[in-house]
Amino acid sequence: MAKIKGAIVIDIERCKGCEVCIVSCPTGVIRLEKKVNGKGYHFAYPALPDNCTGCANCAVVCPDGVITVYRKKVEE
Amino acid sequence: MLVSPENLVYTKTPLMTDKPLSYCPGCGHGTVHRMIMEVVDEMGIQADTIGIAPVGCSVLAYEFMNIDMQQAAHGRAPALATGIKRCWPDKYVFTYQGDGDLAAIGTAETIHACNRGENIAIFFVNNGIYGMTGGQMAPTTLPGMRSSTTPYGRDVALMGNPLKITELVAMLPGTFYVSRHSVHTPLNVRKFKRAARMAFENQKLNKGVSFIEIVSNCNSGWKMSPVDANKWMEDNMFPFYPLGDIKVNGEMVSKPTKAE
Amino acid sequence: MGEKKLMKGNEAFAEAAIRSGCDAYFGYPITPQSEVMEYLAAQQPHLRTGMVLLQAESEVAAINMVYGAAGTGKKVMTSSSSPGISLKQEGISYLVGSELPCLILNVVRGGPGLGTIQPSQADYFQSTKGGGHGDYRMIVLAPASVQEMSDFVKLGFDLAFKYRNPVLMLSDGIIGQMMEQVELFEQMPRATEFDQTWATTGKTPDRERNIITSVNLDPAVQERHNHKLQAKYQKMQQEEVRYESFDCEDADYLLIAYGCSARICQKSVKLARAKGIKAGLLRPITLFPFPTVEIKRLAGKVKGMMAVELSAGQMVEDVRLAVDGRVQVAFYGRMGGMVHSPEEVVDALIKHFSIG
Repeated sequence: MAKIKGAIVIDIERCKGCEVCIVSCPTGVIRLEKKVNGKGYHFAYPALPDNCTGCANCAVVCPDGVITVYRKKVEE
Repeated sequence: MLVSPENLVYTKTPLMTDKPLSYCPGCGHGTVHRMIMEVVDEMGIQADTIGIAPVGCSVLAYEFMNIDMQQAAHGRAPALATGIKRCWPDKYVFTYQGDGDLAAIGTAETIHACNRGENIAIFFVNNGIYGMTGGQMAPTTLPGMRSSTTPYGRDVALMGNPLKITELVAMLPGTFYVSRHSVHTPLNVRKFKRAARMAFENQKLNKGVSFIEIVSNCNSGWKMSPVDANKWMEDNMFPFYPLGDIKVNGEMVSKPTKAE
Repeated sequence: MGEKKLMKGNEAFAEAAIRSGCDAYFGYPITPQSEVMEYLAAQQPHLRTGMVLLQAESEVAAINMVYGAAGTGKKVMTSSSSPGISLKQEGISYLVGSELPCLILNVVRGGPGLGTIQPSQADYFQSTKGGGHGDYRMIVLAPASVQEMSDFVKLGFDLAFKYRNPVLMLSDGIIGQMMEQVELFEQMPRATEFDQTWATTGKTPDRERNIITSVNLDPAVQERHNHKLQAKYQKMQQEEVRYESFDCEDADYLLIAYGCSARICQKSVKLARAKGIKAGLLRPITLFPFPTVEIKRLAGKVKGMMAVELSAGQMVEDVRLAVDGRVQVAFYGRMGGMVHSPEEVVDALIKHFSIG
């Protein structure tokens, strides 16, 4: 059976850690990193990448446009 | 390999520059900018689009949108847009303004550009506060809402009522499309983008102003986290500034709501 | 020979606007310049040349429509009278800061405040020293005839585009309202195809985006921008000084006047000479840049100078700066819409310098 697999790539240096992506992710993929980036912001990262469906909700709602989304159909 | 170009489904449009946005974390401006630029990109009209930046937080919008832009004096963006559109009727012209810019100091320009039916798009970001100057009361500040110049809350008896300028311009014959949106959830962002597309498509029809309000947060000015600010916006701003179409194709689709 | 007509100054200005190939006029009614927009409206310039004409909701909106259209490289103008020009100052400052060309006409009336609707020259400081906020200058042309109300439209646009800076025509209620014969210049084509590489006409793949702005958050960058603007003003002072001399070379006493006052003073010179007083008249045509060098030269030749203005004495300060104490500089002027007669100018000259 085919399954949709997604992946996100976050430009962590441009992320401001606003967490809007986190509450917008339907599968709870994203969390905020304890470390900070060069600007001093905690940044978002895909903590549970296997759950990502590539729905792009996070990227669409990200005010700074730092998230790139990939999606692929994979056979199980 | 999942992360490879053939599987790409979403990335920042090249019509946004690579300059980091000057906005606070979680501010809706960035999303509004990007959606407008996605529409310009998808319509293939970069070479025919001229934008007007306001005075306010988005004064530097031209640093982020990869199109020809002009920066207007405070409130005067609709006058600039009028001047441009009258000289270049085949170009796509839009203004990008905040609530202080559009609904206080620029009220006359807003009303008259809308009433003349200039064939332009107006994007109006309403966060109920003067963000850039440090969170003072705006024409759209809610009754009882705190700001740096209403530290005990907006007392309507003393400071007057908030202005629902979007409902006001909807009643003018020169507006063709008037709609209110938000960009705080993926669904709302997608709805706003469809509205923005209509605002640009409408310019082909030469039927008048497309006016889109985006109710947005100002988490710095409201002194909340971005996620809390979005929740506060849903609970407090949306009841006063309800989302949805007000006027479509020149016809009113919702009755103007009365100010509380 | 061009077409000759009997016209009001304001009408000649409006006709010249169409003939200059102007792309757009944005204005708001105010006495004594309302004939400009009325004449344009009657002429239907959109049918004659495709020129845009729009009555704005305010002077503030009109100047900002000019700002927008000028930013796209178009040849645009506005006109008003003193209180309206005050309202336009913010927009003018933005136009200068963004280095945009345009032509502005001020048909000056008496002030301050709402003042009167009669002629005045009391907007000299506002016109030549800045007017709006920030360090800036505009080339200020002072027409003294209906002919110049027409000719300076063409000259004004040329200078505006040469320097990418607004040009102001400082007229007054007399020059705007009076009728004279005017020889109109031939219709010029509108520059619908142009090479304004800086203009916001839509970003094409072959160039970076064009931005029209006057904001620089970095003060070092803003200072550099100011130096660039100042260099333009210096170039104007070297290249654009214009003036007219009447009987200056043998004069003992020199009247200095512009616009309608210069017209009156031409008669005063004749009256003075009939009385045996060797008077002359220097008429600055550009008020900025001011004919400082010529006035300084003449200061070494005359016994006294007198600036004559419809004001409390504004241009006289520039005359005194030019003269730098070499000769006594007197002033005579009327205010609030009152106009001096040629005779009272001569009487003032005789009194100030105790002649005879």
